[in-house]
Amino acid sequence: MKALGLIAVLGTGLLLLAASRDFPNWGDPSSPASSYRLSRHFITQTINETAVPNMVTAVLADYRGYDTLFEAVVIFTAGIAVIGILRRYGNRDFIPAGGEVHLTPKQPDLIVESTVRLLIPVIQIFALYVIAHGHHSPGGGFQGGVIFGASFILLALARDLRTAQNWVAEKRMLILACCGILIYAGIGVLCQLLGENFLDYQILHRILPTDPVMARYHSILGVEIGVAFTVTAIMFSIYSNLSSNGQMKEGI
Amino acid sequence: MELLEAIVDGMNYWIFIILMMIGLYAMITKNNLVKKLIGMSIFQTAILLFYISLGVKEGATIPILPHYYAHTSQEEQGNLVGSSDQAHAGKEASSATEGGKEKPSVAHAGSPKIDPNRFTNPLPHVLMLTAIVVGVSTLGVALSITQKLYTEFGTIEENEILDQLKSGDD
Repeated sequence: MKALGLIAVLGTGLLLLAASRDFPNWGDPSSPASSYRLSRHFITQTINETAVPNMVTAVLADYRGYDTLFEAVVIFTAGIAVIGILRRYGNRDFIPAGGEVHLTPKQPDLIVESTVRLLIPVIQIFALYVIAHGHHSPGGGFQGGVIFGASFILLALARDLRTAQNWVAEKRMLILACCGILIYAGIGVLCQLLGENFLDYQILHRILPTDPVMARYHSILGVEIGVAFTVTAIMFSIYSNLSSNGQMKEGI
Repeated sequence: MELLEAIVDGMNYWIFIILMMIGLYAMITKNNLVKKLIGMSIFQTAILLFYISLGVKEGATIPILPHYYAHTSQEEQGNLVGSSDQAHAGKEASSATEGGKEKPSVAHAGSPKIDPNRFTNPLPHVLMLTAIVVGVSTLGVALSITQKLYTEFGTIEENEILDQLKSGDD
């Protein structure tokens, strides 16, 4: 088995190495990826068409809006799948085949508690900054959402899962995740109702007090907020299910 | 020597291929399910590196416009008609200055003139941003399945699980 695997891996590697001679050199400005007109259009026209200086955000949420919508749906589906696989409701204690794991009750630790108490608000403010400032600096819904979810995971690690669950109940988190998808898809449907294509934001200038370019700018922010809701909720949901073996009682 | 030159020229491709081979090997031959998942993550990282290295452009910076571009554009926004002409003019003008330190006078001269050679292609970054998300989702679901298998069988070694399944059939 090992020898067979090694042969397959080496064969694939050699094939790819042989193919890599046809690839462009490192940093070649005339490589196909850089010289194709799509790249030039994104770089030169994004600011005129959407007024967003960060091209990555503009391409993510506007030009490739469909892709990002279903990316958010992928995250949502993964969260639902983890709950479906692991989550056990009810009070009956389930003893796994590997033997029950006994975690000693956590003693409150002064240093850890004080540090976390100081850190979590800063992390959450930073997450909001990353979401809201994604137009002008590296950031956006996915990144900010992960940072926000990490603040809850930090709380669950430093105290215990119960404390984190008291802060944000499981049900509320899942409602938040659904809201995120609904915000994103709702903006798309709103464009359709106004007579344009799905996720074609510029028609929204009819209901927003701005011109078509700024309508795209502001809808990108709305879409990013929807993505951030979903990512925050699903990150914490995956963590709490995995760490407590689906019982949501005693975490790591 | 020839091999060494080939390695140095295509360094990014060599790194990506070696990482991919490590990941693939771990996914194929390891018995431990968690080690398989580690291999899957290494494989995904190799793909990310591959795409990002394709987007690298000599002499270009991150695909975020500096601040003064944004300000000039807000004065000129809505001026969609003829913007492609301006872009072409900007390209010629800046290629004439040989991509040196851009002069603020170019930006203040009216509509933003953006030289495509000064910014990397944003598309690989966007694609990999979403690929990271897919990686996290697959890893989460895979870990939860592994945990479920552990509670069922008491082991995460693939061959032991198969043995238990076989002896259960008999």
